[in-house]
This record gives sequence, structure tokens and C-alpha cells, in this order.
Amino acid sequence: MRYAYFPGCSLKSSGRAYEESFLAVCRALEIGMDELDDWNCCGATAYMSVDEANSHVLATRNLALAERVGLDVVVPCAGCYGVLAKSKEYFEKYSSVRNAVTTGLAAGGFAYEGRAQVRHPLDILSNDLPPRALRSKVKKPLKGLKVACYYGCRLIRPVSPFDDMHDPQTMDGLLKSVGARMVEYGLKGKCCGGSLTGTVPEAGLPMCYDLLKEAHRLEADVIATACPLCQFNLECYQDDIAKKHPDLKPMPVVYFTQLIGVAMGLDPKDLGLHRQIVPIEPLLREKGILGGEDAKPKAKEPAAAGGRS
Amino acid sequence: MMTELHQNGQEEVRIGYFVCHCGTNIAAMIDVAAVAEYVSTLPNVVVSKDYRYMCSEAGQDLIVQDIKEHRLNRIVVAACSPLLHERTFRTATQRGGINPFFCHMVNIREHGSWVHEDRAEATEKAKALARGAIGRVKYHKALEKRREPVTPAALVVGGGIAGIQAALTLANTGKKVYLVERDPTIGGHMAKFDKTFPTLDCAACILTPKMSEVYAHPNIVLWTYSEVEGIEGYVGNYQVRVRRKARYIDEELCVGCLDCVDECVFKVGNVDDEFNVGLSKRKPVYMPFPQAVPKLVVIDPVACTHLNGGNCQKSCVDACERAAINFDQTDTIEEIKVGAVIVATGFKTFDPKRKPLYGYGKYPNVYTALEVERLVTSCGPTEGEVVCRDGRTPKKIGIVHCVGSRDHQTNRWCSRVCCMYSMKLAHLLHEHTGAEIYNFYIDIRAPGKGYEEFYERLQEEGNHFIRGRVAEITDIPKVAEEEGMLTIRVEDSLAGFVRRIPVDMVVLSTGLEPHADSQDVRRMFNISCSREGFFLERHPKLAPVSTTTDGVYLAGCCQGPKDIPDTVAQAGAAAAEALTLLDTGYVEMEPSVSVVDPIFCSGCKTCLNLCPYHAITRDDAKGVAVINPVLCKGCGVCVAACPSGAITQNLFEDREIFEEIEEVLAYA
Amino acid sequence: MPEDTQPRILAFFCNWCTYTAADLAGVSRMKYAATSRVVRVMCSGRIDPQFVLSAFAKGADGVLIGGCHPGDCHYISGNTKCLRRHRLLKRMLADMGIEPERLRLEWISASEGDRVKTVINEMTADLKRLGPLKLPERCVAWDVEAIDEEPDHAEAVAKEAVHA
Repeated sequence: MRYAYFPGCSLKSSGRAYEESFLAVCRALEIGMDELDDWNCCGATAYMSVDEANSHVLATRNLALAERVGLDVVVPCAGCYGVLAKSKEYFEKYSSVRNAVTTGLAAGGFAYEGRAQVRHPLDILSNDLPPRALRSKVKKPLKGLKVACYYGCRLIRPVSPFDDMHDPQTMDGLLKSVGARMVEYGLKGKCCGGSLTGTVPEAGLPMCYDLLKEAHRLEADVIATACPLCQFNLECYQDDIAKKHPDLKPMPVVYFTQLIGVAMGLDPKDLGLHRQIVPIEPLLREKGILGGEDAKPKAKEPAAAGGRS
Repeated sequence: MMTELHQNGQEEVRIGYFVCHCGTNIAAMIDVAAVAEYVSTLPNVVVSKDYRYMCSEAGQDLIVQDIKEHRLNRIVVAACSPLLHERTFRTATQRGGINPFFCHMVNIREHGSWVHEDRAEATEKAKALARGAIGRVKYHKALEKRREPVTPAALVVGGGIAGIQAALTLANTGKKVYLVERDPTIGGHMAKFDKTFPTLDCAACILTPKMSEVYAHPNIVLWTYSEVEGIEGYVGNYQVRVRRKARYIDEELCVGCLDCVDECVFKVGNVDDEFNVGLSKRKPVYMPFPQAVPKLVVIDPVACTHLNGGNCQKSCVDACERAAINFDQTDTIEEIKVGAVIVATGFKTFDPKRKPLYGYGKYPNVYTALEVERLVTSCGPTEGEVVCRDGRTPKKIGIVHCVGSRDHQTNRWCSRVCCMYSMKLAHLLHEHTGAEIYNFYIDIRAPGKGYEEFYERLQEEGNHFIRGRVAEITDIPKVAEEEGMLTIRVEDSLAGFVRRIPVDMVVLSTGLEPHADSQDVRRMFNISCSREGFFLERHPKLAPVSTTTDGVYLAGCCQGPKDIPDTVAQAGAAAAEALTLLDTGYVEMEPSVSVVDPIFCSGCKTCLNLCPYHAITRDDAKGVAVINPVLCKGCGVCVAACPSGAITQNLFEDREIFEEIEEVLAYA
Repeated sequence: MPEDTQPRILAFFCNWCTYTAADLAGVSRMKYAATSRVVRVMCSGRIDPQFVLSAFAKGADGVLIGGCHPGDCHYISGNTKCLRRHRLLKRMLADMGIEPERLRLEWISASEGDRVKTVINEMTADLKRLGPLKLPERCVAWDVEAIDEEPDHAEAVAKEAVHA
């Protein structure tokens, strides 16, 4: 299995842990993941709202790069994934877009023919791996860890190419296969607020609060995400939200690839676990998932204070 | 005065051309005078005139008089669609004294003035089409319509209120009616309702007398638990094959005492009860409901232990004092002959699982409207007590309109009855529980007699009406009062903000759609469907009960969603139209059948297998093909295929069509 | 035919589906190009390939055949026969140098009035792009060529053509 890899801007900065953990997991599973040489920003939703025709050119340049190396491209960031998938679909569906893209790309010496597919890590890990490939690599099953799988918007709306739109299950399936227990997270597809947490916090932060509160209510230990903005929103504003809702306890928010990596016994440093603002390592050690062969699950203690520093 | 174009000699062809203004419908876009002027220059045209309304008495008289005065032997009328008035003008032609098939129509309204915007182009097109018709019509021959007798019996497919009404109407005139119903009992959906809007009449009380009447009627042959398997023939002469499924009960002996049901080895029901829409269970041996007609039990071969090869003590057999149970019974096939068919197969309700955001199947207290009908009815699974699946008596109920209707994601049409039945259920639920009721609607459609008044009454009774399509139903609480409740999230479009309304119970007003097998059914009867999948009427305004297949009529919701009064009216109309056919006693067949000329036929047999009606056989003695005019339906497939050009289709002869093509295009 | 005139489409519509759909388009007052001339047949299976050839030979720029959707033919399977003939005819026309867009087969059901409008407008646009076919004039030109090269043979052929 070999793919081209498009990190996008977030995975090189605030979403670094996503890249680290995803690439580590791919290495362990012997999945070839070649970062596209000279990839460019996908434009996200910002560019598309301002100049749609050119935004498609910008996005499809990356697909043209993938075609050059003859591989499908895997896009972990849900935002980039949505943009690239949409550009590919519009390229195929609308001649106006096709013409704009072909002309624009040609100006840079590129050509795109619609052959390179846009994939997501949830998709390839669920559908492309041979059966039991993941299970066979599990060294430390996530026993006793209750996970709320949070998908966010961009992976399942407006179309859901690899999962059910109303009740997505790919992340749940993957984490279940590495031993974790899922909670029935009914808000798994509810928007986290996206960029509103920065631009209109009075609208965005309550949306994050609803998600965190529900995860607590279901007694989840951790929220697993597949999008760097979702992860950022849910993790980094817990302080601000706690000002309004003092009863809100800290909730670790990780990337699902980090949890898979932990289950595979990979080095937590390689998985970016040290980058968590709400730490998860103490919890994992407490449950006996991290901390060496002879670490046993301790009796339940109140969560270590001062976890956020 | 009959003239014919003989093969070796020609009578002089004298054509009368009449172009209609149709008021301004044609004349506003086509210069009819100019067209008439042009046509008068064409060969064989003796008379060429325009007139305001050709289909009127005066217009038709014009044809009659001109035939006589000018010794015309061909008529061309340029007007509306022949599908509308071909018969009118052929009749007028006949009144003028010549064979009606010397008349040909040109469509310059539906295909001309109504669809074009450039007067010059439309007029040119009209002239070209006229020239084509003038060329064609000279080859028309005198033809006679063959008369075939009509079997004075009718088949009604479907035993809901539509089929029941149609069957009774026909049977009361003395005609024999076969009423075939797929379920073990007649009654259809209406039998499941509690009360009907707007009068709140008890549905069973008004339906069961009709059901009994059907059973007792000497002219009705009632076959329940039966399905039409195949139909052949043509209008007035249909042969129908009906499969009567095995009940494993001798119908002559069973009196419906239900002892077998009581003694069945299954002490409690283990199969979802279809009549109670899955809210209760029934046993493998069952009667659908106590007032079932016919009053017989039936054994479900899928659920019955013995019929599945299992070891069963068959206590039902022991219990039956009349020895009516017969496990060796098999399906039987009946072959009947009828003259007319009324299709009244009804509808199915929208499956709300297709709208996952409404939580049907996920949250126990989300119901469909039909399930609620069974809850409020006093002989239902809860004997009229409205108790939710989780045991609570609801204090707050939300009724969500337009589930699977007016929805681009599922069904685009309005299902017509849901506003009214939602309000009816609101009233009944409040009556039973005293609950606070919210109706979430897009528009309130209350067009019938007493309907608007019913809406007012509901408002006066304190029901809440919130205008907005419900976005989702969730059990995740945001505030304390939502704990343990189902929260309806909806934009109150009149108030202008999004609301969250916690309720105990949600009722989904599901829409009406065609049955899952409607495509198979309509192909069997050779009728069409509209885009939505409901059976297609011949004309949406003027012919709502007949189809383009003569002898097959429609009644009830299979033709489109409608309420009970409209269904009954339509059923009566269908019966009346069928009666016209049956009472006349004969049917006139269109003469556009195909004929083999044995002189040119080489006996190659190419045509034999092409005919879907097996109308063509080979006379081995003479070595030529022969077409049976009774079976031929006039499609012309064999004509196009014959390598020798030996087959002619009346009215659509090769030379007529070639001439039409050449002359239409000859107009520069 | 002057250069700025509209193309001419000869259309064969089956009575039960396409003709009815065209009527529906009329009743609904949908507007489309005035380029088509409809010849009504009871079934698309009645359409002899010679009709199509004759249409092209007599001056049509395009031929449109309208029938019921497969499975929905009023006469069960007439449209299937039409489809088979159409496939073969298309190849013959290609051999004759007639562009494939000039012959179009469409399944249009009785309730699809808007399809009639769309198809006629599309075909008109396609034919405008392709230009007039002018087959009758071409035939004359070919005859002239033939006469120049082989006068005796051409005369014999011309004599035969009179009886065809």
C-alpha cells in the first residue's frame, strides 16, 4: 500500500501531533505515505468563498502533483479533505470548473485528469487494510478507556463518501478494534463552531461547551477527533469555557491516530502526546495502557490537579 | 359516397383543408389565413379555409357541408392535438357522408402555437406540416372499425375503500364483479383508522357495513388473500389469472370462532401484527382483526411451526370443532374473463427511517401517525390508552408534518391528507391524555368541506401551531427541562428564531407513496406511471379515472394521494366508466392493424417472433404469414421488419409515411 | 437553403409516450425552437430505417426518434426493436459521412414534457453548429461528378433512379 500524503498547513503547525501520530502509525503498518513534493495550501474555505474558480485551481494543483507520482492522495485534515474532494467533484461535474482548472494548471505546467483519488486516513485504515492487519499489531489494547468519537462536519457533510452521514462509524470501528470502549456519542457530527471560536466566540464557545458537556455526561475519558480544528477548538478553549461553566472538568482531546499508536505500543513522543494541553498520559498510565509491561491499573483516584500548565 | 384509391386506377382526390384559430390559442401565434392561402395552392386541394373554432357545432358542420357541396373525399383539419379531437373530426367527416378515416389531423397548437415564440417561424412550420398532411392524406383508404363483444364482467384489483366502492357500484347495476385483494381481509388502510376527519366519524362504523355488503352481494365474487398474476387480451376481452393463496383453512367450514387461535401452541404472539402496524404481536394462526371480511382465520406459512417442517402438536386442529384446518391446502389458480379492470391498489406510507434525524426506530417514543391511529383506537393494542413504549403517559406531544412530503431529499409532492389527519390526531390525543400538543407545519392544507372549520376548532382547543420544518429530534438535553424528553429543534419561522421544545412523544405525519411493487403492477396492466410513481390517468383534468389502456381504470390513492371522500367519488367514477364499456356490449377496435399481403410474402418468418401478442402465425400450407386482426394491436413492428415490404399497417402505411416525410421537407 | 435559416429536424414520435409528452409541453406552454416537424407513429418500433434515410435524403438536417423508456413500451417491446435498428443505422450513417449527432434516439415518457423541450433545443443547437446537411444538393453534385467521368454509366443509373 502506497499513497501520496498531503499534510496541509495545519498539520505542520498546530496540528503537528496529527501528522506525527499518523505517519508513525503508517510506518508501523508498513503503509507507504510519501509527502507530496511542493504541495500548496488548499485554500480552505476562505479562498473558496472569495474566488471560487481560482480556489479550485489552487486545490487541484495538489491533485495534479499526486497524479504526477501516480498515486492517490491521503488528506488527514478534514478541512483540506473537504476542499480537495469538492474540487475533484466539481472538476468532473462542471465544465466551467474543468475549463478554469485546466487553463490555470496549464499556466503552471500542470495537468489534472481526475485520476488521483482523494482519501482520508479513516477511510484507508478502515477499508484498504487487509483484515486483522491493525489488530495483529496491537500491543497495548486500550482496555478500560472510554472514548467519545467526534467526527465534526467536514468529513460527513454535505456528502459522506466513506461513512454514514447521520451515524458515522469508521472511527468507532477502528478504536474498537484496538480495544477501546466507545460511548454512544450522539453529538458526534455536531459542529464544533469552526473558526467562530476565534471570530465570534460568543457563538462558537457554547458549541464547544455542548460537545464537552455531553462527553462528560456519558463519562467518556477522552474525545477522539479526526480534524485539527476540531481538536484545537475542543481542547484549547476549555479554560475560557470553564470561566462561564466552572463545573466543566478538563477533558483530554486527542487525534484518533494517537490512540491507535498508543495501542500499537509506539513511543508516545513519536505520537506527539507531549503536545497535549490537557494531558492524557497520566490517564493512560492510570489505566495501565502506558508505563511499561508491569504497570498495573491503579485504583481510581481523583484526576491529578494542575493538569493544564 | 365512398371512394377508394384503387391500385390500378385512381379516383380524383379532392381535399378539404380546414385550419382552426382556436380563438387566439392558435391564431395569436400562427397566421392561419396565410396558411390556408398557401394550402389552397397545393395539388388536389379543392377547399382551404380557416375558422375560429373547428371543434364547435358550427365548425363541424362546415366540414359536413363542404364535403357535400364540393364533393370532397379527403379532409385535413389543422388544429389541436389529434389525441384530443381526432374522434370529433372523424365523426364529422362521417356525417358528411364519407369514411371517417379519410380525415387526418395536423397538430399546430400543442406542437405549434403554444410552444413557439416567433410568429413567422411558427407559421412556416404550420405550412410545412400542412403540406405533409396534404401529401399523406391522398393515400388514406376507407377503413371500418371492427366490433368485438364485451364480456359483461369486471375485475377490481384491491379491496380498500376505493375497490369496495367501485365493486359495489358495479355490482348494484347487475354486473358481475371479481374483487381481488392481496391481504386476508378487505378494508385496506381505512380499517386501521380510528376516526375520520373532519366529522370524527368512526372509521370502522362507516366502513364495515360496506365490507359486509360486499361479502353478501350476489354479484360480487370476493377473493381475498389472492393476487392477480397475469392478464392478457384487450379491452372488453381480458383473460386474467388470479392466484388464490392457501390459507390452510377450509373457507366453507371456518366460522371465525378463533378457538384455533386461542389453542395455538404459541401462548403469546410472536409475529409483528400487520394490522396493528407492529405495535403488538400475533400468532401464526390469526384473524387480521375481529371485523375482518371474510370472517376467516389464516395460517401464516412463514411463522407456523408445522408448515416449516417443525414438530408441532397442532393443537389448533384439535381445537377446531368444524375440522376446518387443512395443512395440505395449496395455492390455486383461477382463470377468469372480464371486460374491464379497475385498479385500486392503494398506497403505502413513507418509511420514516429515511429521515434519520427524526429518530424513528432510535428513540422508542417516536411514532408514525398510523401507529398512533392504532394507539387511540379503542380496539387497538392498548385498547385506546395512549401509553408510550417506555411506559409513560405523554404530557407533551409534538406532531411533525410533512415527513417524506414536500421534500427534495425524499418525496417532492404534498401527500394531501396529512395536515388533516395530523389535526385529527392532535384532537384525539388531547382527548385521550389531556396533553399539550404542538403541530409543526409548513402550510396548513385544509381545502375540503368542513376542513377549515376543523382547523379553527383545533386552534380554539388550545393546540399550538408552529410554522417550521423540524430540523431534528434529539434526546441530548441542553437544559434541565429537556432531561428525559425528546427535544424538537425547529425554526419558528413566524417568530424568527430557533426553538427547542421538549416533548414526551413525537408523532411523525408520514406521507403517502406508491407501493413498492407498483412498477410491476402497472407493467402487468400495461399502464404508465407519472414521475412520482403513481399510476397515470389519461388526462389530469378531463379523464382522471381512465388510462391510456382502454378498459383499465384507476380509483383511489394508487392514482395519487387523496382523502376518503375523493377516493369514494373517484371509485364511483371509475365504476361508471367501466359500466359504459360493459353496458354498450361491444367495443369498436381501431382499424390501424397490420395486414400481410400474401402476394409479396415470401414466408421468411422474420415477423413471427417480433409480435409481442403472438398475433402472427405462418400458414404452412400457403407458405405465408397471417396476422390475426383480433390479437393485432397495431404497433407496426412487423411492418418495419418485413424484408419484402409485404405487411401494411392501416393508417400508417409506408407510402403514407414516406409521402408525409417528403412533403413536409419539400416545403422550403 | 439560405445560410441563416434554422436547421430542420424531422421527428418521429410514438403516440403513447413522446407524442403525449410533446402535447404536455404544449399544454404547459413550454417554449422551444420551431425546428421540428413531427411525424406521428403508434410505436417507435414502426419506424423503418428507410424513413430515416428518406428524411435525410429529402432535406432534413437531423432526425429525432422519440419512444417510451425501455420496459414501458405500450406494445411491450417495440422500443427494443427500434433501439436495435437505431444502432445499426447509426453505423451505416457514419459510413455515409453523416455526423452521429444528426440522428438522435430519445426515450421520453408521457409525463416528461420538459424533456421534449430540452432535447429539441439541444438538437437545434447541435445542428446549427454542424451546419445544414444539404443531402439533396450533395446528391446532385455527386451525380454531376459521375456524369462528367462516365457519361454512359451515369445515364443508365439516372434512368434506373426514375423507377426507384
